[in-house]
Amino acid sequence: MRTGREDAWVSQVANDEQHHAASDGDDTPPPPLPPRPTPGPQPSHDAHLAAAADRPPLQSKPTTAVSSMSIQTVSFPDGSRGTFTSGGDDPSTKGSENVVIPGDLASTRADLDDNMSVATFAPTLRAPGDLASLLGGSASKRSPAWKLLRSQSATVQPFETIPLEDDATLTEFPNEFDGIPDESEQDWSDWDRLGMWKSKLKHYMILSSAGKPIYSRHGDLALINSSMGVVQTIISFYEGAKNPLLGFTAGSTRFVVATRGPLYFVAISKLGESDTQLRAQLDALYMQILSTLTLPTLTHIFANRPSTDLRKPLEGTESLLSSLADSFTKGSPSALLGALECLKIRKSHRHAINNAFLKSRADNLLYGLIVAGGKLVSVIRPRKHSLHPSDLQLIFNMLFESGGVKAGGGDNWIPLCLPAFNNRGYLYMYVNYLDGPAASPTTPVGPHSIHEETAIIMISPDKESFFAMQQMKNDVVAELEKRGSLDIIRAAARQGRPRVAEVAPGSQISHFLFKSKANVQFCMSALDPVFSDAVAHRRLMSLYHNVHATVHAKHAHLKVIHCVGADATSLAWVTPVFEFYCVAGPNASRHVITQGANRVIQWAKREEERLFIIGGGVF
Amino acid sequence: MADSAGAPRPSSSVKLVLLGEAAVGKSSLVLRFVNNDFQENKEPTIGAAFLTQKCNLPTRTIKFEIWDTAGQERFASLAPMYYRNAQAALVVYDLTKPTSLIKAKHWVAELQRQASPGIVIALVGNKLDLTNASAAAAAGGNSEDEDEEGESGGVSGGGDESGDARKVSTDEAKTYAEEESLLFFETSAKTGHNVSEVFTAIANAIPETSLKSTRGPGASNAVSRGGDEQRVNLTGPRGDAAKDSCAC
Repeated sequence: MRTGREDAWVSQVANDEQHHAASDGDDTPPPPLPPRPTPGPQPSHDAHLAAAADRPPLQSKPTTAVSSMSIQTVSFPDGSRGTFTSGGDDPSTKGSENVVIPGDLASTRADLDDNMSVATFAPTLRAPGDLASLLGGSASKRSPAWKLLRSQSATVQPFETIPLEDDATLTEFPNEFDGIPDESEQDWSDWDRLGMWKSKLKHYMILSSAGKPIYSRHGDLALINSSMGVVQTIISFYEGAKNPLLGFTAGSTRFVVATRGPLYFVAISKLGESDTQLRAQLDALYMQILSTLTLPTLTHIFANRPSTDLRKPLEGTESLLSSLADSFTKGSPSALLGALECLKIRKSHRHAINNAFLKSRADNLLYGLIVAGGKLVSVIRPRKHSLHPSDLQLIFNMLFESGGVKAGGGDNWIPLCLPAFNNRGYLYMYVNYLDGPAASPTTPVGPHSIHEETAIIMISPDKESFFAMQQMKNDVVAELEKRGSLDIIRAAARQGRPRVAEVAPGSQISHFLFKSKANVQFCMSALDPVFSDAVAHRRLMSLYHNVHATVHAKHAHLKVIHCVGADATSLAWVTPVFEFYCVAGPNASRHVITQGANRVIQWAKREEERLFIIGGGVF
Repeated sequence: MADSAGAPRPSSSVKLVLLGEAAVGKSSLVLRFVNNDFQENKEPTIGAAFLTQKCNLPTRTIKFEIWDTAGQERFASLAPMYYRNAQAALVVYDLTKPTSLIKAKHWVAELQRQASPGIVIALVGNKLDLTNASAAAAAGGNSEDEDEEGESGGVSGGGDESGDARKVSTDEAKTYAEEESLLFFETSAKTGHNVSEVFTAIANAIPETSLKSTRGPGASNAVSRGGDEQRVNLTGPRGDAAKDSCAC
């Protein structure tokens, strides 16, 4: 228990710096402790970290960061580009910018007021620095020790400050994707298995309106049959009352229900996504089912026999549903933004690839795609049809997330329905991995290798056109090989995503997402080293989900939101042209983060034609 | 023309199709034959995969053009596209799962009715590694759990009283194969037992006369069957499924 003393130290600081704050906000009355006059650099660093780190335990609802986020949501002013407006308060009295916060807080979250204000002060302690620099104010009045602290702490990466044990929700995250032993394993009692099932942070269930289970991400259906029954009873109760159930909350767990035709979809999440986001995820699962069956077939099955067990027609696609579900649980920027990621190559190179592709086009080709490491390299399409991101998401999931297609090797010929293109019939998809068995004869097909694969995909409405597609692929590959384009693609895929340091040198931004709305595409910075671990990645994505939910809330007219949490800060900026999201360490000031954001956006504008496919090859 | 391995042998290509119930190990057999590799818990094939592999015989080289099809019912209506003009077929069942042999018999009947007349059919019982080679197990053991069994997994392979999960006796399958004049093998894609033998035997069984020299790709597939089924029709498979369940 290190909290006690350090908290005291922190509140002492708060007391010194902001009398206003400590006197009416803090629920622990400022204790008359000795102010630890010479803390020395190392302890003071720790103490400062503790200022950020140990705040959450004081809150009544700790650590999920939802609460402190929403404070910032509310407290953030008008949303003009000047992100640091402080409501016109006199910056010379340091406590004054807090006026904004308690005021807004009191209006919205009065019940939590005195708890929240504690967390509120931690971030705002730093704000005056910006204001001062902006308005020529009195930053110089700070003690040298304080400045020392700031200079050291500015480089703190997101999530560095809170050990995992404090973040109770995610402690189990590394086990999230482990299987639950089935009945045949006698070491486990039903009770244990149910316990494991309940400990999962995220569940997806699909059942028919007659109550027949179709799919559950975790647990075999025998284990959760009763839960399915309960779910069905609840949903159909509300359906019967002509007042369909959309969602409910139990503790910290959110249940979201979507009814699609004869199917019920349920998402159960402890990860803090918004209803809209969860519903989008359920829609993606529905799209996957349609992609397997088509809408007329699905309707027909249930029109004839409402009690049909849909598991049989869907047999073999459980892994596709699961990989889709898992990508949502891990956090997928593509799903969040509803956009695609492209491989960054020079405009002229992409042009050459498109032309090679168009040149060898077979007659009955509908779409042609080249994809490297899950990123789009080139698209050719008929003038009157464009490709919908949600369809591409299904294809990418099939080819790059679940191993089914890749593992077999060879050329694949896959009937599938692209629901956003046409949910009534099948198309036929030719897939070939260019660096297939020849390049890696015996290497195990792990997720890593799959993410660097280059695949060529050709979609045709004609199921007999396999050999025409194969011929076209051979021509395209020969042409690309001749022009050296394949090496360019491989090199770009190997290089990976750009690092923030290259994009905006000197900015304190740790990670960003940039979505070009017109192109329905996004780019992001490299995840490693800070976010390469699954838990850190999930936390990053949770931050993005939070700010995304806030700026996209139904009646929000927000354009910019800056959230300061105990362990990280995040910024979202939405314009008609782009959406920008970024995350920085907990001590990055609003000023610095805004500067960084501007630089990234300038970069994205400059590199637009390399980052995004604009138009693609049209025939 | 540096012929390292003897005289240049005539090379011809043979179209071969794999059929059989889901999760009996069709893709695993192909993977073993083509790449000499095996993957535990391989995910189900979607649609079909096309692979090629050469098979050297003393007098000639056979280039197999293999169509590895998905076993799920919903793909059944696409099967004619793959076995049309095929010179050989591998009908696979799982010898730990009696229903898969019934399905295999359906495939054999369909091939004899609809495929090209001279087609060479091999019946293959896969997953031999799950059995005690010694114990000629009692056939007709009724495994009630036919749900989710990983492809070639057999992890929960039904009642393993004596460590032997075999549910289809060699005699039963062999007798049937002789009646229908099929080639018959029991294999293990996991250990590689008998796998290359199957393909060699097929290559040997293809009559010399039906072999042409390597033809242009797609020559045999260019003919369209009048677009009778433009999309996978799920009503058929549903009927089949019902039929299946009462047959077991």
